Amino acid sequence: MTAQTPIAPDPHAKDVILAAEHLSIDFTLRTHILHAVRDVSLTLHRGRTLCLVGESGSGKSVTARALMRLIEKPGKIVSGRIELDVDGKKVEIDKLSDTAREMRAIRGRRIGLIFQEPMSSLSPVHTIGSQIVEALRLHRPLSKKEARAETIELLRQVEIPNPDKMLDRYTFEFSGGMRQRAMIAMALACNPDILIADEPTTALDVTTQAEILDLIKRLQVSRGMAMLLITHDMGVVAETADDVAVMRFGRIVERGSVDEIFHQAKHPYTKRLLASTLKLEGGAAREKPPAPTPAPLPILSVKNLAKGFGTGGKWFGKPGFVIKAVDDVSLDLLPGENLGIVGESGSGKTTLGRLILRIVEPSSGEVVYRGRDGGEREVTAMGKAELRAFHQDVRLIFQDPFASLNPRMTIREIVGDPLVVSGRLRGRALDERVAELLAMVGLDPAAMERYPHAFSGGQRQRIGIARALALDPRIIIADEATSALDVSIRSQVLDLMLELQKRLGLSFIFISHDISVVRYFCDRVAVMHRGKVVEIGDAEQICTNPREPYTQMLISAVPNPDPRNKRMLHRVRASREP
Amino acid sequence: MSLNDVLDIEDDETGPATSPLKGRRATSGNAAAGQWRLIAQKLVRQKVAMAAGVIVLLLYLIAAFCEFLAPGSPDLSKAQYTYAPPQPIEWFVTDQAGTHFAPHVAGYTVKIDPVALRRTFVVDESKIVPIGLFVHGAPYLMWGFIPSDVHLIGPLKKTDPMYLIGADRLGRDLMSRLIYGTRVSMSIGLVGVAMSLILGVTLGSLSGFYGGWVDTLVQRLIEVISAMPTIPLWLGLAAAIPLTWPPLQVYFTITVIVSLLGWTSLAREVRGRFLSLRSDDFVTAARLDGSSEKRLIFRHILPSLTSHILAVVTLAVPTMIVAETSLSFLGVGLKPPVVSWGVLLQDAQNIRTVATAPWLLIWPSAAVVLAVLSFNFFGDGLRDAADPYNN
Repeated sequence: MTAQTPIAPDPHAKDVILAAEHLSIDFTLRTHILHAVRDVSLTLHRGRTLCLVGESGSGKSVTARALMRLIEKPGKIVSGRIELDVDGKKVEIDKLSDTAREMRAIRGRRIGLIFQEPMSSLSPVHTIGSQIVEALRLHRPLSKKEARAETIELLRQVEIPNPDKMLDRYTFEFSGGMRQRAMIAMALACNPDILIADEPTTALDVTTQAEILDLIKRLQVSRGMAMLLITHDMGVVAETADDVAVMRFGRIVERGSVDEIFHQAKHPYTKRLLASTLKLEGGAAREKPPAPTPAPLPILSVKNLAKGFGTGGKWFGKPGFVIKAVDDVSLDLLPGENLGIVGESGSGKTTLGRLILRIVEPSSGEVVYRGRDGGEREVTAMGKAELRAFHQDVRLIFQDPFASLNPRMTIREIVGDPLVVSGRLRGRALDERVAELLAMVGLDPAAMERYPHAFSGGQRQRIGIARALALDPRIIIADEATSALDVSIRSQVLDLMLELQKRLGLSFIFISHDISVVRYFCDRVAVMHRGKVVEIGDAEQICTNPREPYTQMLISAVPNPDPRNKRMLHRVRASREP
Repeated sequence: MSLNDVLDIEDDETGPATSPLKGRRATSGNAAAGQWRLIAQKLVRQKVAMAAGVIVLLLYLIAAFCEFLAPGSPDLSKAQYTYAPPQPIEWFVTDQAGTHFAPHVAGYTVKIDPVALRRTFVVDESKIVPIGLFVHGAPYLMWGFIPSDVHLIGPLKKTDPMYLIGADRLGRDLMSRLIYGTRVSMSIGLVGVAMSLILGVTLGSLSGFYGGWVDTLVQRLIEVISAMPTIPLWLGLAAAIPLTWPPLQVYFTITVIVSLLGWTSLAREVRGRFLSLRSDDFVTAARLDGSSEKRLIFRHILPSLTSHILAVVTLAVPTMIVAETSLSFLGVGLKPPVVSWGVLLQDAQNIRTVATAPWLLIWPSAAVVLAVLSFNFFGDGLRDAADPYNN
């Protein structure tokens, strides 16, 4: 694979395996027709990868599903042609019915599909092996024995260790990355000409993502398949694509080779998308506050904090089974500082945030909070009233902007609730304060009367921030506060938080799995792995020059949004831990 | 890949393109709509549920105004009209003066079968019983205190027979009895469910919110109660009611018995909702805002539950109606002179009656089926609409 040299858009006409022309898809809803896809044309070539990139709601998944005729009702292809090359013969997919035998022969046999969520796309009540065997035997005249042998071979190709044993395991016995590998094996079972991967790594950790992307790419090259990769992540695009199509609100706004898109983008939307991504890559968003002398005392200290889940005691003489979610963690948060906590899923970073707030009670260790008067308080020993006061100073911003706002309350009630509960304000003064808070987070104060369902994800997250600020806090714990947002919205919300920090003198504990976001936002970063802090240090240093092997592996697995400098090819691999 | 012309779009495009469907206005102004308005909007879209809701409403209107709607008194027996068959309404009379509009029912002549000595009714077209709207008939006390004798429909002459859907063994008008029965049968459902609701919501909330031993205790209690075979239990309890009690007191006791066993499913539902809501982000947020437990329950959790509870309650009413009907049918529930659908069905217990007077079986059963189906359809619709935020 010639990664460094950009490939000019050269129409190898005979290599075209699938061509969609002027495809439009409408969803007839109760009151209106939603034009989910408008006049989209794309071609897939043998041995090449087309990345369809766009933010949520841009119609990229619908487009991909249309190619397999898997659009859910009430969606309908209203115009356009889809032509698939089947061994030299042209088949017009758009003319076939959804349930036609020809269409079923194409699905799986000619076009393989990988979904985003490997847990829900694999059956939980069948073994992995039997599911792949089924896919094989549907399309190829194999005996059970031959199919089983073939399945083992496939699992070996997707690098599942001990394929002959893993074959008989169930979905839940596989980790997320393993499931996605099994899903890939299933998609590849009948040696399709085209592989459609719909956000195949979005649900996975960054190191697993790197491995899966790597695997898909290698399999694609070795089999000479055409691939359609759907993603929202410009980094993934840069690492895997040959050609790119940028979608927005149902249209392809720009297309070209990956190098053209990243280095000579023409459309303002593409430029904006890249700018939001690159801004995060750039890091060092804020000038360092001048280090005061002597060094300030930490506003919050976590000392040897630990939390185990599971049965600790002995039961019928059997030893207890304990998972240490957080294991002997010590951290200091300095006033005015942004401390990032990064880690993959299951590393205990969210639990750590909840332990600090005592939403979850720690098993051992202590959290010391230095109050406004300078006195130290032991959070783990606080009574109810004291804890309430602590919660006024230390606030939490949630990950899911949809679940964290009570849908049955107006914005006025939601943002004003902490003020009402604490008895600080009521009546007119309350309304004025809520308006002030909304203005502070960049929302129209007139929105007070509305309910959360009237707002988009980014706006809801702003409401969540306004609620957190209502009580003039000193520390804000942001738990994956930007993970649910699209990239352009994400950078806006991050900038808002940085600005508020400057204005209000806040300290942030910023919990995230996204290293580029942490790099942009934080002064110092703690890297967590399996409940322990493996490395803590300056954000720049962690991101550019990590010392610990785990951090090196983590950082090098982050896709780099520059096709001329693919990072994942040179990444530090895990030395297969037990 | 050929480079298509880059489509020219304005940068201020804010969302995917839509085009409105003709004749349907987009529901605008939902931004400031609370949960009840959203639920109502969602419910109105479900045609079947709305139709069922209208029927339920009609049934309750019938129950409320039964004295006025019934053509006669439910207890007035006329021995000469034993098992009189239904008299259909006819609109025109043809006599010497020609055909003219005069709503009437045809009268009967009684013939006695000389072999079996059984009385049979033969419709006699020559006997015309003129009927009308808002006629003066049997006097009654509306809701127990407004004296009146106006009936929506009835024979113009008080003493004339009018059995639109037939008469029972004592010659009482089944139509009137069915209408009066609606009041008892439909209200026993409501009263019973109200009691179940109080028990179920209280115990379910306690169980779901506090967890621990409270939860264990309540859940075990529910399991014990659900494990009991209901019909023998009802029979036993009903048999324990002293025969000397007045019918209304019996009625009340039956309600209590039925609802004491019926609260369990509601409690489970409430508990489940509590458990899932308790760990929801917005409840955690409210807790971090400093809300007390009381405020958490009453301000944040219960408002999220009310619509679900309403749906479950609607689905529980038919169970109560059926329970009352079966108890009364078996003769251990309500007893004459109280009139309920179950009591009416008692008359249709033997095959001979069903053979001679099938209307005694058909109409009360139809009423039960209609009420139960309507409640179920309406409750299903309500349940689907109960969470307007989950698409």
